[in-house]
Amino acid sequence: MNVSHEWLKAFVPHTLGAEQVRDLLTAHVATVEGFERLRADLASFVVARVVETEKVPDTKLSFNKVDDGSGTLLEVVCGAPNVTLGAMYPFARSGTMMPAGFRIEKKKIRGFTSNGMLCSARELGLGEEHDGILELQTNAAPGTSLLSVLPIGDVRLVVDVLPNRPDLLSHIGVAREVSALTSVPMRSALDAMLPADADGAAAGRAVVVGEAQRHATQGASGGATVRRDDPDGCPQYLGAVIRGITVAPSPQWLRERVEAAGVRSINNVVDVTNVVLHGLGQPMHAFDLGTLADQTVVIRRARAGETLKTLDGVERALTPEMTMIADAQRSIAVAGVMGGQESEVTDTTTDLFLEVAYFDPQRTRQTRRALGLSTDASYRFERGIDPQGLETAMRTAIALMVAVAGGRLDGNIMATGAAPAAMTDVSLRAARVAKVLGASVSSVEIRQYLEGVGFGVRGPGIGGRVEVGDGDEDEEFLVSAPSWRRDVSRDVDLIEEVARLHGYDRLPDTIEAYRPTTVPDHPLHVTGRRVRDALVAAGLCEVRPMPFVKGDDASHWRVTNPLAEDEPHLRTSVLQSLASRAEYNLTRMTGDIRVFEVGSVFLGKGLAHGVGTGTVDEEVRVGVLLMGARHPRHFADGASPAIDAWDAKGLAERLARAAFPGAPIAVEAGEDPALWSIGASGRMVGTVCRVSLDAPVWASPAFGIEITLGAMPVAPVAAPGASGHAGVRPAVALPPVPVRYAALPTTPAAEFDLALLVPDDLPAGDVERVLRTSGGEMLERLELFDEFRGAGIPDGMRSLAWRLTFRHPERTLRDKEIDGRRSQLLKSLENQLGVKPRTA
Amino acid sequence: MTLDDFKSAAESLRTDGPPQIAAAATLDAWTDVRNALVGRTSGRLSELMTALGTLPKEDRRDAGQLANAVKQELEALLEAHHVELARAQQLGPAIDRSMPGRATWQGTVHPVSLVIDEVIEIFRELGFTIALGPEAEHAWYNFGALNFPTDHPAMDMHDTLYLDDLVLRTHTSPVQVRTLQQYPPPIRILAPGNVYRRDFFDPSHAPMFAQIEGLVVDEGITFADLKATLTRFANRFFGATKTRFRPSYFPFTEPSAEMDVQCGVCKGSGCPVCKQSGWVEILGSGMVHPAVLENAGLDSERYTGWAFGMGPARTALARHGIPDIRILYDADVRFLEQFAR
Repeated sequence: MNVSHEWLKAFVPHTLGAEQVRDLLTAHVATVEGFERLRADLASFVVARVVETEKVPDTKLSFNKVDDGSGTLLEVVCGAPNVTLGAMYPFARSGTMMPAGFRIEKKKIRGFTSNGMLCSARELGLGEEHDGILELQTNAAPGTSLLSVLPIGDVRLVVDVLPNRPDLLSHIGVAREVSALTSVPMRSALDAMLPADADGAAAGRAVVVGEAQRHATQGASGGATVRRDDPDGCPQYLGAVIRGITVAPSPQWLRERVEAAGVRSINNVVDVTNVVLHGLGQPMHAFDLGTLADQTVVIRRARAGETLKTLDGVERALTPEMTMIADAQRSIAVAGVMGGQESEVTDTTTDLFLEVAYFDPQRTRQTRRALGLSTDASYRFERGIDPQGLETAMRTAIALMVAVAGGRLDGNIMATGAAPAAMTDVSLRAARVAKVLGASVSSVEIRQYLEGVGFGVRGPGIGGRVEVGDGDEDEEFLVSAPSWRRDVSRDVDLIEEVARLHGYDRLPDTIEAYRPTTVPDHPLHVTGRRVRDALVAAGLCEVRPMPFVKGDDASHWRVTNPLAEDEPHLRTSVLQSLASRAEYNLTRMTGDIRVFEVGSVFLGKGLAHGVGTGTVDEEVRVGVLLMGARHPRHFADGASPAIDAWDAKGLAERLARAAFPGAPIAVEAGEDPALWSIGASGRMVGTVCRVSLDAPVWASPAFGIEITLGAMPVAPVAAPGASGHAGVRPAVALPPVPVRYAALPTTPAAEFDLALLVPDDLPAGDVERVLRTSGGEMLERLELFDEFRGAGIPDGMRSLAWRLTFRHPERTLRDKEIDGRRSQLLKSLENQLGVKPRTA
Repeated sequence: MTLDDFKSAAESLRTDGPPQIAAAATLDAWTDVRNALVGRTSGRLSELMTALGTLPKEDRRDAGQLANAVKQELEALLEAHHVELARAQQLGPAIDRSMPGRATWQGTVHPVSLVIDEVIEIFRELGFTIALGPEAEHAWYNFGALNFPTDHPAMDMHDTLYLDDLVLRTHTSPVQVRTLQQYPPPIRILAPGNVYRRDFFDPSHAPMFAQIEGLVVDEGITFADLKATLTRFANRFFGATKTRFRPSYFPFTEPSAEMDVQCGVCKGSGCPVCKQSGWVEILGSGMVHPAVLENAGLDSERYTGWAFGMGPARTALARHGIPDIRILYDADVRFLEQFAR
């Protein structure tokens, strides 16, 4: 909402500066997010006095000496006929940028140097007057800023009006707040809205508007008829006829007002409707009465298949859900949204039909959305205008219209229907105010605050201060909201009024002792953090990409209204996002990529995991993508080898231990396409896989790890209005199982190596299992340290070498024992697997 | 051999020995020098000892003392030099210490997570725990339970992405109601998480972004609590700074307040960063609307509470000078690696 500082003063004649108004509104009402000096382009102009003047013969020119307050008199050449010795004029020193967009330069004219320009009203963008330079009636000293002398330095305050306060979408609404905060009484709406100049104001006041004629659904006056066939869409409709007007450009004051509100000036008639909208918050419309069939206005639903070309020139398809303004034959405006082109006021219009109405907020909203057309009018109707403000707005509009466009009111205002019912009264206890705010606000103050912004307060007269917790619950007010405040339905709404008018910054801020929460940390937060720490320690970078992917409808949930049709689905795997991010990096020539994310995936659709459940199953997972050099290059080592499957497997084990501390982890050959599946406590929790990327030739292979950390159930906790914890104290999380200390060995170990010929199709894991069982309790460690294929090794075989470490807890092992163990192991390997030692 | 001959031989050993010892650059060379000087069988000292027996008896005492002194001097030098050589061998050969060390890959935490971590850390001190909720959410939790009027302009601030009969949550506030339904008061929680809006991706908007919700519900919780706690948070998070609260509107809080901190760039005098206002908006907050408590099955006369929500991405952009929010989502490794600590 654009608020003109000057216009605001017409409603509340306060004496605050624009900055003070800004700070006051932000602190107590709504945030002023913009502060624009409307004639900032005139900031460098000053007033100057002509101290010598001399006509140049045979020209219109005069040579002048001008005092601009700088201490030196300036020579200025002027072409205007009205230069008067001793008079004050607006002055642009050389170097000044003119509103028209050119710069005043120092110039030589007929031997004189001209050091600036004395300006006319038109040159300053203050009107069309160009008979001569603008003589200023001022006592200000030469050199004073022009803006401080001329009343043209209006400031536009851009107020961020939130959806609960539609009353602030008008100057009158903002003025009510300023009035309450400054204790300066409001002027009447008509006075504040009348032309700013004395003649105009008198002309406006002179317009006589009789009593409105009230009807239920149909009325006629001034030769026009109004019929309200859609009472739901339009509970109240006012019409009036003005005949004999002259459409013309708006007078200066009117143009300034609409432009200060951020609206382009069109003509006197349209500008009056806009000034009523921005001044009083009441959208209105002026139809060219001559274009209306039978001079009849019908408020009805649109007919199926009906169309209307709106003022913006677009042919709109209408539906029967929309409320329309129609004449005897066809629709002429979309109610509350936009007028139609055919009934638009033009230069030749002489008779007007003025509309002031209350359109249903929801209906307006639905129509606006269906048409994709938001206007200043629809914005206000949707949020709710003041239902008691219609007649004032109509009377103001008629007075202004006649004052600026001539003509006369024909007949009376036709008022059909009635305003929606007032809001019910709300009871407010002073003790409740204290309980919510933690502050003592006296009953007197409460009452003052509420009455200041238009609330009616009944109840105790003058009460004492209510202290926090003093139990004085008797003091109860019955509060009725003003017609323009339809957002107040509960006591907390009134408490907010009290709090903001008192001032948030004046309320206390004390930290009280608190009781510990009953809510334990969510286990997925704890796990996620542990996993993240492990991966960062392993040299990986956390990413937070979008979960949108291009999937298929069979296995992926599709966003009903996606932002981008090329990524309409939600991912079923974190690796989907990581793969696309890896490709992004590869196109930027980065090939060393080690990234991870802890985030949600969305399962349950179709065949994503075997069978779809038909509902969204959200899971929190950790995904890892690895590719590129294993280590940063160092001169002493040469190039680092690329990350391979063993890096991925090793990291997967480490990651699984971080995710499921204390649980037995098994990383085993997985089903295609996975390389490995990851198990924790016997449950499959994830996979390790190769990731296929759209990658350049220089890129090394990519590997992925994905582990499910837990489910994030979408199911409701309890039914609406119910709690799921009646009488149940939440379980306290168990402390983690501590690590058990193993006694350090005091006896020496014995080691030997076994190099074995193992067929390619026999997993090394099988060999290890035999070694472990036959190795017995004294086998402390089993380490695979070599794999070799080639010279001396038969085809289809490989040599695998293990180092075995044995230890007896109490004594040194004898050589004979070790040799015995060795031959026993070889025998078991041969018997159970047919594996023989490698010879030579 | 005469005593003089013996003495001059001993003195020459005394003179020759030290430079030879010092010249031994390796442990092997040291062994050779030792053997040559004081070796039991072939060293020059053992030759002297042999010659000692050939001296007249009355000279042997002096000669013996001299030989012993030389022996002790040389052995002391040898011992000291051995220690030196052994240490040098331990240290290895000399290196060019201007050459670079061996690096390892540096892991990093995402800048948005860094902000979330910091916020959590501060609120932990004030007794908050962490609650989470699903990103695919029921419309009731996202809107109805939070007192959003149906088909109302308040919804326009939450342009929603739909998922069949669910929504992608537009804020973390649904976690408020889920938590209140699941646990009895006292409640003091933070709920970090991703939220979704139907906003096109541009330098300052993203269709998905992180939010942090806070909720306190118990008997006797007041607006004074809200102000004090959030001011304390702001002072811990931004350093001692001025804060202000101004009226705002959220359907699920009443009264509602926006908290600003004084602009860190211009210190309140007005600059482009704070759009000339001198203040930077940090979070939205307010007293929990009684309707929200009632929707979670709580007695709104007995319990009061306050809540806040903030967007860590904006803070991350501001504190690191990142000009475009999209960089946070690109996962460009060159960007991520800048956050190594």
